[in-house]
Amino acid sequence: MFQYEFMKNALIAILLITPLFGLLGTMIVNNKMAFFSDALGHSAITGIALGVILGMTDTTLSMIIFGILFALLLNWIKYRGKAGAETVISVFASCGLAIGLAVLSMGGNFSKYNSLLIGDILSITRTELTGLLVAFVLTVIFWLFCFNRLHFVSINPSLAQSKGVPVRLYDNLFVVLMAIIVMLSIQWVGLLIINALLILPAAAARNLARNMRTYHLFSVLIAVICGVLGLVLSYYTDIATGPMIVLLASGVFFLTFLKRA
Amino acid sequence: MRKIKPKMCGNHCTRIEHVDVTLDDNHILNDVNFHLYCGEMLTIIGKNGAGKSTLMKALLGEIPYKGRIIFEDMRNGRRSRMKIGYVPQHLAFDKNTPTTVYDFFASCISRRPVWLMKDKKTYEKVRKELSRFQAEELIDQCLGDLSGGELQRVLLSVATCPMPNLLLLDEPISGIDRNGTTLFYELLDELKGKYDISILMISHDLDFVYEYSDRVILLDRTVEAEGTPAQVYRTEAFRRTFGYAEHPLFAATGAASEDRIVSAATDTAPTDGSHVAAPEEEPMAAIPGAASMEKAPAGKQEE
Repeated sequence: MFQYEFMKNALIAILLITPLFGLLGTMIVNNKMAFFSDALGHSAITGIALGVILGMTDTTLSMIIFGILFALLLNWIKYRGKAGAETVISVFASCGLAIGLAVLSMGGNFSKYNSLLIGDILSITRTELTGLLVAFVLTVIFWLFCFNRLHFVSINPSLAQSKGVPVRLYDNLFVVLMAIIVMLSIQWVGLLIINALLILPAAAARNLARNMRTYHLFSVLIAVICGVLGLVLSYYTDIATGPMIVLLASGVFFLTFLKRA
Repeated sequence: MRKIKPKMCGNHCTRIEHVDVTLDDNHILNDVNFHLYCGEMLTIIGKNGAGKSTLMKALLGEIPYKGRIIFEDMRNGRRSRMKIGYVPQHLAFDKNTPTTVYDFFASCISRRPVWLMKDKKTYEKVRKELSRFQAEELIDQCLGDLSGGELQRVLLSVATCPMPNLLLLDEPISGIDRNGTTLFYELLDELKGKYDISILMISHDLDFVYEYSDRVILLDRTVEAEGTPAQVYRTEAFRRTFGYAEHPLFAATGAASEDRIVSAATDTAPTDGSHVAAPEEEPMAAIPGAASMEKAPAGKQEE
């Protein structure tokens, strides 16, 4: 199966994307940001629509720029601290999604964007893999240098602030990183299920882990194993890779959930 | 009231001057003024919504305010910024977050990522810091598994590493059993004496506040009463707020009051330990800056 070039590329993509999701997921679940990352995923379609309107040939760039701005906007709403921030975020996400769908479906041509919804990892090219590799390296460096501060902030922002940690800066850096990773991988993984891939490995790892080291180890392992296994199974069953990975990760989550209960 | 031995280096002072906070057209704090000296525990009491937590947030620099909050550390004739330690009321983390006490502490004091292998040196340092508050055996436990008292001791050791000049505590003992509370206050008392730090605390536990505070401020949008616990607890403002006139601690004729309430008058009187509140004594005037504001440190005595 891996004698095919597209399968090799897909495998490399999986090996780059899934550990990132495993890492980011730990902090997303810690910070109870599942809703936030979901809204971010939905905004991808607005980014593409903007790119189309602006006549860009590569909509990845417009998607990333829009994603970063959208993430910072959501953070700003969160920090204003008014009640109902979740509702406001939801309104923004739905509005963005509707704008994207409206623009992309103009002239009845939406079918060519179908792959965006469920992802198409088999079509990834070597150039696109380079982008993922850069994101991978950047994320690992970020995680090495900034994780402790992010972790401290996630436990209690006021406490972190009293110790001189620039809380807002770290929070913004994290959502920007999240936006970049989500936007870079969304067309391979699929808009509808990207959030599941971000959340499930970390959520399953929490059921097993007793400290930060095992939490990260389990989260990354679950993500990578489900990713590779999902790719192999999707090859034999002719099911889209993204949903297959999510199904496996869900299975792992339920198993670990039972163990904890 | 307990024995208080003022031991101050006189180098630190926290001055809250004309602090005014308005959030969303809601005037929460109005012209709050007080000083806080080193080696002193000052407790802020007041009903819910009196602005206590808002004042704490202003001190932490989390919300905008009018007026001045000055932390001064005047060593060798130089003024420098004071170090602040903060003990929050609770942590907002999910109970099943796999964060151990070590992970939490190391995230605060070390740059080495806690998701990699444990660092032996950091581990030993964390253990040493925790041992100051009888919490070293908690080092490998998950934060979510700690009892209220244990968590507060861990938070206290994080807040005092490095040792601050001013320690802020936001209702630190809510929901802790009595033994845990006593231990917590004893540790604070020891800390105050040993390291000459100022402690500013918000608390609802009036018995313990009475027992351990050097000074008390009754806050209701502004400073309603200020002085030693004995002085403040006998003001009209206090009775209005808490309605505790019948409480054995505060009732002027209560037997319990005799050995605990030290008269405001004795603050400046020779102290032989025999001065207790006279039952018919007038309560202190409920005015901001009353009585011992300027001579608060001298307002302590040894029983």
